[in-house]
Amino acid sequence: MRSANQIERRRQRRRRRRRRILSSGLYNTVMAASTADSWSWFPALALGVSFLKCLMINSYHSTDFEVHRNWLAITHSLPVSKWYHESTSEWTLDYPPLFAWFEYGLSHVAQHFDKKMLVVQNLGYASPATVLFQRLSVIATDVVFIYAVRECCRSVREEKGSKDLLVRPYFILAALLLWNYGLLIVDHIHFQYNGFLCGILLLSVARHLQGRHLEGAFLFAVLLNLKHIYLYIAPAYGIFLLRSYCFTKDNTDGSVRWSSLSLVRLIALGSIVISVCALSFGPFIAMGQLPQVLSRLFPFKRGLCHAYWAPNIWALYNVVDKALSVGFLRCLVVCALCSFMFGWHVHEKAILMAILPLSVLAVESREDAGIFLMLATTGHYSLFPLLFTATEMPTKVLLILLFTLYSFTSLKKLFRGFLLNTLEVTYLLGLIAVEIICEVVYPLLPWKQTLPFVTLLAKSVYCSLGVSYSFIRLYLSILRPTDKPKEL
Amino acid sequence: MDTWSLLSICVLLGLTTRWAVSLNSYSGAGKPPMFGDYEAQRHWQEITYNLPVHEWYFNTTDNNLNYWGLDYPPLTAYHSLLCGHVASLINPDWVELHTSQGFESSAHKLFMRATVLIADLLMYVPAVVLYCFYLSEGSNRKKVCLVLCILLYPGLILIDYGHFQYNSISLGLALWGVLGLGLGWDMLGSLAFVLAVNYKQMELYHSLPFFCYLLGKCFKQGMAGRGLFLLVKIAVTVLVTFTLCWLPFLTDPGQVLQVLHRLFPVGRGLFEDKVANTWCSLNVLIKIKTILSTDTQLYLSLAATLLAALPSSIKLLTKPTLWQFKLALVNSSLAFFLFSFQVHEKSILLPALPVCLLLGDLPLPAVWFLQASTFSMLPLFLKDGLFVPYAVTSSAFVFYSVYLLSALEHSSEEELRLRPVRRLVCLPRVDLGRIARWTFYLSVAAMAGLSFMSVALAPPARLPDLFPLLVSVFSFLHFLGLLLYFNVVQIAEPPSPRRKNPKKTE
Repeated sequence: MRSANQIERRRQRRRRRRRRILSSGLYNTVMAASTADSWSWFPALALGVSFLKCLMINSYHSTDFEVHRNWLAITHSLPVSKWYHESTSEWTLDYPPLFAWFEYGLSHVAQHFDKKMLVVQNLGYASPATVLFQRLSVIATDVVFIYAVRECCRSVREEKGSKDLLVRPYFILAALLLWNYGLLIVDHIHFQYNGFLCGILLLSVARHLQGRHLEGAFLFAVLLNLKHIYLYIAPAYGIFLLRSYCFTKDNTDGSVRWSSLSLVRLIALGSIVISVCALSFGPFIAMGQLPQVLSRLFPFKRGLCHAYWAPNIWALYNVVDKALSVGFLRCLVVCALCSFMFGWHVHEKAILMAILPLSVLAVESREDAGIFLMLATTGHYSLFPLLFTATEMPTKVLLILLFTLYSFTSLKKLFRGFLLNTLEVTYLLGLIAVEIICEVVYPLLPWKQTLPFVTLLAKSVYCSLGVSYSFIRLYLSILRPTDKPKEL
Repeated sequence: MDTWSLLSICVLLGLTTRWAVSLNSYSGAGKPPMFGDYEAQRHWQEITYNLPVHEWYFNTTDNNLNYWGLDYPPLTAYHSLLCGHVASLINPDWVELHTSQGFESSAHKLFMRATVLIADLLMYVPAVVLYCFYLSEGSNRKKVCLVLCILLYPGLILIDYGHFQYNSISLGLALWGVLGLGLGWDMLGSLAFVLAVNYKQMELYHSLPFFCYLLGKCFKQGMAGRGLFLLVKIAVTVLVTFTLCWLPFLTDPGQVLQVLHRLFPVGRGLFEDKVANTWCSLNVLIKIKTILSTDTQLYLSLAATLLAALPSSIKLLTKPTLWQFKLALVNSSLAFFLFSFQVHEKSILLPALPVCLLLGDLPLPAVWFLQASTFSMLPLFLKDGLFVPYAVTSSAFVFYSVYLLSALEHSSEEELRLRPVRRLVCLPRVDLGRIARWTFYLSVAAMAGLSFMSVALAPPARLPDLFPLLVSVFSFLHFLGLLLYFNVVQIAEPPSPRRKNPKKTE
């Protein structure tokens, strides 16, 4: 039982605290005091973007919507042995088996929305219930992404300084990742599951940064079996894990001590990866369907360019061993960009694989922030042709303005100064000119009828300059000798 | 981060939300022969573009008043004329006389939605930003939060960008009027308000506070000198503006009478459909529509309305400050909504605008009212196929306004100005702030529950209108309660000149 004095003292303390808060500028203090230890702003950010995603349910969706509906139908209505042989629809199953199991799981929920979407013959079926279910499934699986972002934010280095929440690195990172323009446009309008997949990637990265390497390896193995495009960054993973996890000691100059190979760790790592792949491909190997599955996964017949849209150049694929000393995440980003620049049949959406991990680097280093601003702005603009309907024009313009404005002002405030030089700023402003010329000026010209793809080509070529520039800068940052031993 | 960049982000968020809602269906989509408000607006563009001015409000062979005849004042007609000209430049089929009736296409929908966005961007959004930065209190961060919360108010977004209307123009003009008066530019403020009334006659709900505020100000400045001069200036401004708006119709008194007849259809009865006002709710218990004659109904509603609006107006007359003005706007328009003649559920937007202005000062009651106002229009949204946008925007609004404005932390008895209630209630131990919070939680939960039931369950066969009725009675009780609350807050404020800024409590 508390005495009357104690109760009185408590009341007085409360009153003093209240007065202090009221007098020192309410909202700044409340924001700082309440979030110094609590992360109440994180649900606010996550909920906000989820609300926005729900509002986009009725916007344009691409053929990818039908692709996934078809896969729901295939996995639900047909036995496993027919999954990779089914070709009623042109959108055959061309993701690894774990993704097929994921669609199978989703189809069990789908049947409560509209059973007709699960009929393979219903090509192009898109009833309101189907649209609602598919859109909600993307929004729901984004929970993985949200969790991964939280883990990444936890791993970000905290700098002492401003108490203002809006200038803290982890807040900016959370905003840049959760509200990433590319993910919103590609996942929630165009229609894909990149949030879910990138979430697994980021979670795996976060686990590595936290030192939980086996979990990270497991997550990456799962990711590879969900979408094989991540094979492009497998070398970075493999070499990093071998180097820093399996070899337990370094020489004094930082190079690897070959004698310190830990067989236990190597076997643990190997068995995790192999067991995940076995779980995924096992049934198909048992049925003797492995060649068929592989031919679906790697369709070399499809051609060098997916469309005019992806700003890439075909050349040799490159793996960098020197990347070890400059950090895992940087190596990952460069690998992803390499695959984007030089890979086979690259989709323009693959730029997200580089932009998202680069966000983590961007809130920690001034130079990386500059590269991020170039790559993100150019990369996001290059996604414009994905949404070609007039109704989506305000959406994509408003969202890109939102993201670009936020990224520029928050990073500028974080690093206290300009992050881009005049040439870079001129190039980025040129993007606006390109857009006006392509959307407003060119349609009025007579060549529009005979050469309709000029605008797409022009945008592609212009963006490829920015992407290539960012790639070169990142590549050079790896080649430069580093003083810090183990950074991100 | 800089205030201007935070502000731009908030405005962009507001615009994105608006455009995202506009991707959904509109009123009367694909429902011949009458369609809905969307077709009405398109029809007015057709009428004003093709016919001469003196035929706009008359029943002629070319203009069938039974098919969405013009029933808004001349400014709406001029705005439709402008849109009609733009429409004919893009695609003449959209406004072709007679043949364009019921015209629907995705390109046309894009055009119509774009006109709403442009009007909003020019009229409403700047007014909101200027109001928050010049007439509200607090740090810059709080002002930006206020801008975001006001722009996220679901009622206006769903009606303008979903159902399809141009309320952002009339409400925006009214807000410019408040801005003008608040900054001391009385003539510009009056001008803006007169334009608002000439856009939608429902703005007359706000006219009593404007009148009392300006008159009270004139009295304070002394009717012998400056006060009289101010009164004359305002009167001249009002008359000149009215004349300019009605100029094409002033040539013939028959024109003026016909327009007035279209604007105030007194023959239509006390109420139509389910509205969350007194008469409709009373009708559940006593069938007043059948008991009383139309004339008696008219006089009854007139008397009740004036009686309900009188206390607040008189208080404003004696104490013309901005704070009193804002409260009077709420009280007057809410009184008109609850007791007036032929009220439509969309008219709840008229009290909602001044309540938005109170978000910074009394966050919890304001959020409560704004959520109830959106909820009261649920049957309309269900008819238009807007349930998902309604659910998302309402949840977002309640969450963000409570979070950003710390509504629940500022809900102590003192901050809610409930001291006068305590004196009336005479229960010393009860924590009124706590009661208020818990009632708020229960109310929001009930609203969520009723919303889901309306869409998920089918009503029993004997009571097909069960859910709309429950929604309107529930909302009515909220509106009545909040009317009493806001009246108490306004009238109980002591008349001492010392308390210039009543929000700064010690």
